[in-house]
Amino acid sequence: VAVSHILARQGRPKRPGVVRRKVADSEQFTGWVFVTPAVAVILLFGAAPIVWSALMSFQRSNLLSPSTPFVGLANYRQMVHDPVVVQAIQHTLIYTALFVPATMAVGLFLAVAMNRKIRFISVYRTAAYATMAISTISEAIVFIWLFDPSYGVVNYFLSRIGVPPQQFLNSPSEALYVIVIMTIWGWTGFAVVIYLAALQGVPQTLLEAAAIDGAGSWRTFRRITLPLLSPASLFLAVWLTINALQLFDEVYLSTQGGPLNATTVLVYYLYNQAFQQFNFGYASAIAYFLFLVIIVITVIQFRVGRRLTYYRS
Amino acid sequence: MTATSVPARGAVQTPARGGVPPAPRRRRLPFSPWHLVLVPATLVLLFPFAWLVITSVETPAEALHFPPVLTPHVLRFANYPDALASASFGRFFVNSAIVAVATVLSNLVLCSLAGYAFARFRFLGRTALFAVIMATLMVPFQVTMIPKFIITKWLGVHVLAAVGINHIGALILPNAATAFGIFFLRQFFRTLPLEYEESARVDGASRLTVLIRIVLPLATPALATLAALTFLDSWNNFLWPLIAITSTDQMTLPLGLATFQGAHSTEWTLLMAGNVMSLVPMLAIFFLAQRYFIRSVAATGLAGT
Repeated sequence: VAVSHILARQGRPKRPGVVRRKVADSEQFTGWVFVTPAVAVILLFGAAPIVWSALMSFQRSNLLSPSTPFVGLANYRQMVHDPVVVQAIQHTLIYTALFVPATMAVGLFLAVAMNRKIRFISVYRTAAYATMAISTISEAIVFIWLFDPSYGVVNYFLSRIGVPPQQFLNSPSEALYVIVIMTIWGWTGFAVVIYLAALQGVPQTLLEAAAIDGAGSWRTFRRITLPLLSPASLFLAVWLTINALQLFDEVYLSTQGGPLNATTVLVYYLYNQAFQQFNFGYASAIAYFLFLVIIVITVIQFRVGRRLTYYRS
Repeated sequence: MTATSVPARGAVQTPARGGVPPAPRRRRLPFSPWHLVLVPATLVLLFPFAWLVITSVETPAEALHFPPVLTPHVLRFANYPDALASASFGRFFVNSAIVAVATVLSNLVLCSLAGYAFARFRFLGRTALFAVIMATLMVPFQVTMIPKFIITKWLGVHVLAAVGINHIGALILPNAATAFGIFFLRQFFRTLPLEYEESARVDGASRLTVLIRIVLPLATPALATLAALTFLDSWNNFLWPLIAITSTDQMTLPLGLATFQGAHSTEWTLLMAGNVMSLVPMLAIFFLAQRYFIRSVAATGLAGT
């Protein structure tokens, strides 16, 4: 023990030591050179803003006064008493609760239907994929037109089946649902791609074994395919939820949060406070609240999902 | 994605029950019954596109007619030049293309370098730095957008106008490297066998040469995936351009289109012509590289499972 102690203090046997340190130094240097540009961008535009907006959420910062005094939790307290925030939370949650399961159901149904070699299958698939290539803005403009109360083609189709014309995006009780429909359409391609990829990982042998055991196609789907798709379902649920909670583009374009705040969702209100009212402090508090909501819901989804998800080892 | 292994229909639907020949079933359709589901579904999915194109060649009188004119009598292609005259879609397209291509290229270069260093080198602070980068991946854009705006504004005033507010540079620089890109490439690099890199090093190649000559060629699928995802993100980004850009000549397509919509909200034929023009380039790119886009999007899902 004593000898090795002395050796350690004097340095390890010379040659290997020198080589090791040289390698390590060049690795140190090259490592830093390689990461510096990317890390600089991410620290400046990604990491620093996280800390900064946290600080800002404790400050009163707006256009009226140049000073930005710390006000403790005042911004967060203001949220509790702001009726629009309460509404925005409700709308965001209603939207998410409708959009996520519906998109998953549509995606799953179409993917199962498209997971077979039949004629024109590439046409069907391409039609679904095409919704991925359209931007949220293009999508919103088309759907505003489809759902136009006076000249829209949807009201025309409804009139053909005897339904009176609807106000859609102009109606406080319907606008949010129109946005649900347009975003389901916009995300269909994504959900189909994810489920199709997962379906192709379902081993043929299992399906054949189930068929030999006399299971019908519904039972095979329910007991074999669906459990094997559960990792994809969990991924989609989490991914779509994160995106749904951040809904903005369609609202900005189609309703600007109206009519009567009926479509004011959290991110729209946050944008409004930050870049129309210039209440940076208050907006930062709302942003952190949104972050918290996303974390909590995602954690719950993973907790519940882990129990329901079947992983082949 | 293309190597589709599909369940043989007969195998699932007509199981041989213990050797007993299946009972005679109802008469089969001359085509797969799934067509009965897929044809209406496809029509619903494509209808918005079709209606968009139809409206774009109608006369204003036809567009503002109820019941809607589903088949226009004359195709009024003049809507397209009219739309071009009232908004510079060409300019928007060029801006979008510059921003997307620059963002993709800088992500490929910077994230390759950083991802490789995080995958293979040991250097002081590696773990901490990587943890910080991963943390930024979890934070939604809305949390960082206000400071991002202030920083960008400051950079434009004090460092370089081209990356400041109201310049397309402001749409490139903040996304020049992404935490996702670094993470994604690092994960991929770690799956590559070390032997090639080690033998190249023994032969005297520098670390940069090893990365460029050995590692990146092996990583082409991952690079293509990152490129496709970055391109889609950049092309469709709306909120950040909305905040960072106000003057028309610096707008990208989504922002330009949104502004155009705000100015012509009742001129539907014009609006749809503009919309078609801003859609077509992306649709074309998407279909040309469909395999890459689909595979890339599927990869994000499979990575999560």
